Amino acid sequence: MKLKIAIILILAGVLLAGCVSKQPAEVQPTTTVQPTKAPETITLNGAGATFPYPLISKWSSEYNKIKPDVQINYQSVGSGAGIKQITAKTVDFGASDAPLTEQEYTNVSGILQIPESIGAVVVAYNLPGIEKGLKLSGGVVADIFLGKITKWNDPKIVSLNPGIKFPDEPIVVAHRTDGSGTTFVFTDYLSAVSSDWKSKVGKGKAVNWPVGIGQKGNEGVAGLLNPKIISSQKYSIGYIELAYAKLQNIPYAYIKNKAGNFIEPTLETTASAAAGAVSTLPAGDASWSSVSIVDAVGNNSYPIGSFTYLLVYKDQTDQTKSKMLAEFLWWAVHDGQKYSSELLYVPLPEAVISLNEKTIKLMNYNGQPLIQG
Amino acid sequence: MNKSKLSFLRRRKFSGDLIFEGLVGLFAVFVLVIAFLLFRELYIESKLSRNAFGFGFLTGSIWDPVSEVFGALPFIFGTVVSSFLALIIAVPFSLGIAIYLSELAPEKLRAPLSFIIELLAAIPSVIIGLWGIFILAPFIRDYLAPLLSTYFGFLPFFQGPMYGLSMLTGGVILAIMIIPITSSISKEALLTVPTQQREGALALGATGWEITRIAVLPYARSGIFGAVILGFGRAIGETMAVTMVIGNSPRISESLFAPSYTMASVIANEFVEATSKLYISSLIEIGLLLLLVSILINIAARILVSRLLRVEGGGRA
Repeated sequence: MKLKIAIILILAGVLLAGCVSKQPAEVQPTTTVQPTKAPETITLNGAGATFPYPLISKWSSEYNKIKPDVQINYQSVGSGAGIKQITAKTVDFGASDAPLTEQEYTNVSGILQIPESIGAVVVAYNLPGIEKGLKLSGGVVADIFLGKITKWNDPKIVSLNPGIKFPDEPIVVAHRTDGSGTTFVFTDYLSAVSSDWKSKVGKGKAVNWPVGIGQKGNEGVAGLLNPKIISSQKYSIGYIELAYAKLQNIPYAYIKNKAGNFIEPTLETTASAAAGAVSTLPAGDASWSSVSIVDAVGNNSYPIGSFTYLLVYKDQTDQTKSKMLAEFLWWAVHDGQKYSSELLYVPLPEAVISLNEKTIKLMNYNGQPLIQG
Repeated sequence: MNKSKLSFLRRRKFSGDLIFEGLVGLFAVFVLVIAFLLFRELYIESKLSRNAFGFGFLTGSIWDPVSEVFGALPFIFGTVVSSFLALIIAVPFSLGIAIYLSELAPEKLRAPLSFIIELLAAIPSVIIGLWGIFILAPFIRDYLAPLLSTYFGFLPFFQGPMYGLSMLTGGVILAIMIIPITSSISKEALLTVPTQQREGALALGATGWEITRIAVLPYARSGIFGAVILGFGRAIGETMAVTMVIGNSPRISESLFAPSYTMASVIANEFVEATSKLYISSLIEIGLLLLLVSILINIAARILVSRLLRVEGGGRA
C-alpha cells in the first residue's frame, strides 16, 4: 500500500511538474488579439444576420483589394445577436434582416439603419409531376400554413391553376424552426395578405406555427423540398430564400401580387417591389419599424421580399475608424452592389441608394461629417 | 483510502505533497464553482420569465414568440418521451451487447468489438444527425412506420401520417447514441462479477443462460442500472442529432409519428434570434429546467443505486 502511494505521488509530481512547465505557455493571451499585420491596418468589426453573410464577406475581400489597410471582419451570429452587439457597442456595425422594432430603436439612441441589399423569399414545393409554374395567391398560401387547406386538390388551389391535375394528397407544411429573418419576411407577407394569419399567428422571426414540420436553416427546409434529395418529402410546401431555391433548382410558385398578376420571383421582380416602396421609406435616422416591402404595389412586383440592414451609430467615437467605416459603407451601397447579382442578392434600386447617401452623410465624428458632399 | 494511512506522509511534510493536494483540491472545487455559477446565472436571467408565468410556465402548452406567451410543457413532454423511447429501444440492445461481450464472445473478438462499440460514442452528434436525415428518417418513413401502423395501428402511438421527421425517429437516433455508453458500462459491471459466481452456478448444473440470469445479472444489477441512468442523462441533454430529426414542432401528440420538440432543441434553435427580453428569459428558464431535470435524474439514480447496493449486502463489486 505504501509503495502504491509512493508511486501515485511520484506520478503526481510528474504531473505537477508538467503543469508548472506548461504554465507560461498558457498565460499567453489567446483571445481578442488580431494576428499582427502591418501596424496601420484597421479592422472594422461587424456582427449580425446570417442572410447577408456571403455578400458582406465578398465585400470584405473586394474592399481589401482596394484598401489594403482596411480589414472587415463580419461574424454571422444572427440578427438578434447583431442588434445586441451594436447596442452594447462591441462592434462597429451590426446587421439585421428586420428593421429595429420601436422598442429596440429607442434602446439604441442615435442608430442609423442602412438597407444594404434585398432578399426575396420563395414558396417552394415538392409536387411530383408539377415541376414548374404552380400559381398561388397570398390568401391560399396563408390558408395552407394555417392548416385550413390540407389537400393539394383543394378547389382554391385548383381554381388558380387551370389545366394542372392535382393529386388527392395531404399537404406537408415545412417551416423554419430557428429564429430567422426569412421567417420574418414570410410571416410579414402572410400578415399583410391574410387578416386571419395576422390575428392568429402574426409576424416574427419565430412564430407559433399552426401546422407543419420544423427544420433548421434554409438547408433544413430545402432538404424536405428538394426532390433530388432522398430525405425529401413528397407533397410538401415551404419557404426558403430565393438564392437557395435557384442554386438547388427547387421548384417555386408564382405568387399573385397586389396588381393581380402572378409573378415569378427573380432579382428584377423583387427590385421592382423595393423601388415601388421607396416613396414610403423614412429617413435613415428615423424608426424603420413599420417599413415593409411585402405585397408591394407595381405590376411586376414580387410580393415576398425585404431589405436587409446595416446598423451604425450616427455619432462615431473613433476618429480613424469612423472615417474608414463611413467610406466602406459608401462603397458598399455604390460599387459593392455590383457583386449582388452574381451572389443572387437583389441590387438596391437607384432611389434607395440616394436615400442611403443621405443617411451615411449623417455619420459624424465630433460633429464633423465623415463623408463630405 | 482512509486518512490514518496517509498520516505517515503528513508527518514527513513533503512540500510537493501539499502543493499537489492544494492543486487537485482546487480542481475539484473549480467544478463545483462552475456548476454553482451556471445555476445562479440561469436562475437570475430567467427571473423575468419566472415572474411573468410562474408555475404556469411548466403547464402552458403554447409557445408563441409573437404575442410573447411561453409555456414549456411541449418541450418537457418531447424531452421526456423521446428519452424514454430511447431507453426502451437501447436497454435490451445494450444488455445483449454487454452479455455477449462479457459472457459469450470468443476471447479474440472481445477487445475489437468493445473498441468498435465505444468508437460509436466518439462520432460527433451532427454526423449522426445527418445520417438520421438522409438514411434513418426516410427508412422509418418508408418501411418501419407502414409496418408499425399495419400491425399495431390500433394503438394510438402508431396512428396518423408519418413524414420521417418524428418523435419515433428522434427516439431511435437517441437510442443509437446511448447504446455505446450503456453497453460498455454494463459490460464493465458484468465483468466485475467474480468468476466464483459463475462456477458455483455451473456446479449446480445451470445452463449458460441460467448462469447469466441467476448468477451474473443480479450481481451486476446496480452497475447496469447506473449505466441505464447515464444513458438516460445523455439522451436528455442531446441536442444536435435530435433537433435534426424530431421535426421541431411544439405540439403534444400521443402518436409517435407526429413531430415533436425537445428542451435542448428549442434553445439551440431560437436563442440566436430571440430579441425580446421575455423571450430570452423564457429560453433561459427552459435551460434551467433542463439542468434541474438532469440533476434530479442523477440524484434519483444515486439513491437507487446505493439502495440496491445495501440490499445486496455491501456489494463487493
